[in-house]
Amino acid sequence: MPLLGLFFLLWEIAPRLGWLNRIFFPPLSEVLVAWWALLASGVLIEHIGISLQRAAIGFALGVVVAIPLGLLMGRYSLFEKVSDLLVQTLRNTSQFALLPVFILLLGIGEESKVAITFYSSVFFLLVNTISGVKSVDPLLIKAARSMGTSDFDLFRKVILPASIPSIVAGARLAVKSSLFAVIGAEMLAAKSGLGFLIQNSQLMMETADMYAGILTLTVIGLTVNYLLVWFERWATAWKGQSETSLI
Amino acid sequence: MDRIVVSDISKTFQLKPGQFVTVDGEATDRVTVLDGVDLSIRKGEFITLVGPSGSGKSVLLDIIGGLTQATGGDVKLDGRRITRPDPKTGYVFQQYALFPWRTALANIEYALEVRGVAKAERTATARHLLSLFGLAGFEDRFPNQLSGGMQQRVAIARALASNPEVLLMDEPFAALDQQTRELLQGELLRIWGKINTTVIFVTHSIDEAIFLADRVVVMTARPGAVKEIIDIDLPRPRDGDIRASAEFNLYRARVWDVLRDEVNKAQKDWTLSPAFSH
Repeated sequence: MPLLGLFFLLWEIAPRLGWLNRIFFPPLSEVLVAWWALLASGVLIEHIGISLQRAAIGFALGVVVAIPLGLLMGRYSLFEKVSDLLVQTLRNTSQFALLPVFILLLGIGEESKVAITFYSSVFFLLVNTISGVKSVDPLLIKAARSMGTSDFDLFRKVILPASIPSIVAGARLAVKSSLFAVIGAEMLAAKSGLGFLIQNSQLMMETADMYAGILTLTVIGLTVNYLLVWFERWATAWKGQSETSLI
Repeated sequence: MDRIVVSDISKTFQLKPGQFVTVDGEATDRVTVLDGVDLSIRKGEFITLVGPSGSGKSVLLDIIGGLTQATGGDVKLDGRRITRPDPKTGYVFQQYALFPWRTALANIEYALEVRGVAKAERTATARHLLSLFGLAGFEDRFPNQLSGGMQQRVAIARALASNPEVLLMDEPFAALDQQTRELLQGELLRIWGKINTTVIFVTHSIDEAIFLADRVVVMTARPGAVKEIIDIDLPRPRDGDIRASAEFNLYRARVWDVLRDEVNKAQKDWTLSPAFSH
């Protein structure tokens, strides 16, 4: 906290004293004024809304695809063997490298942004779901079977809840990744969103606006992270002492 | 009347490709753990199974519970061949096997949930069982907030929730300290006396086997078969003092006598690879 205070203080003083070029690096107070103006005009809210919406839709699609797929891949080794190489190949291809492909296939509109956020989140979710399923205590499965649990109930009532800690940990990474991806995509090819705001402000040399956009992103990132940590604690409360850190 | 009839059960495990074990001085990838087990169990009877490590007691229990298929022979429950877990059978494990994300109450309810019992009835039954085991007030605790003894009480309550006619118990008290263990033995007998479920109970402890049982079944060293069945003619209800009685001592000597050779055999024979244990 004191270090952060010092950082903000330096940010204010350095440009004023001429240590940094004021045009490229306006003092914090000017950035905050610009930020307030963006907020008051409603422009900022609009950009935040569109970015979050893109990230959220992509992430939600990731959840819908990755969790059922991960449950099957984790449970049935044949299924995993068949799909593992494909997953590994896709997983290790940068989402930004694929943005042109998405744009060619889906157009410059919302679909390509949603596609890149989906792509950025789905593998974190998938890999963690698989590892969660694989680490379910076989004794719990045996106990469930001894009570006559059907295959469907076994997934729903045993394997899925037992995998929740791992899935939620993956979801944290996935949310961050889809947020990063949407900003990147908006910087490269968009007419709206926080990424566009930052990139466009830089082009227009409205550096105060640019820093206001960056600060907004940082605040969103921090907020989302704390929300996810809180959610993780809540979802895994049964484990007793939470081992999750704030990182 | 015979409730369970085990006829000529054998079980051979095929090891994974590349795995070998040494049996009688020869390398093999197949291990026979049960060979020709015959056993008839009467309705409402309390049977304990003792035998050296590797005599296949737990495997036999899994076969009776329908969780593992026998290689040969069959098990009949009320005249019907068992091929999968029977709704009339409850199972209790050494490591409790409670669902850690469910509270004590919800763990017991699980057994009724998967059988399609309505919510109100499940909760009522689960609450009643918890109080029967002296756990009223612990409904909302998660397993990791309960002691080992309490967890095993919940696990037994869960196994009893569906009113099973057969209760299979695989060394349920082995992980508990001596006092808790004797306490739970007493509780189990008290509750068994009320519901008259047929119980098959696997244990390593000769004392436990005698204290609980109508009959103690002694298994041979691997491959396991029934070596001898010893009737325990001690009065019921039994309390802890009975362990100090002369009759109890005689039974202790008797069971140990039958078991000793097999334990010695097992010690010499048991050279399986660490990858395979049972």
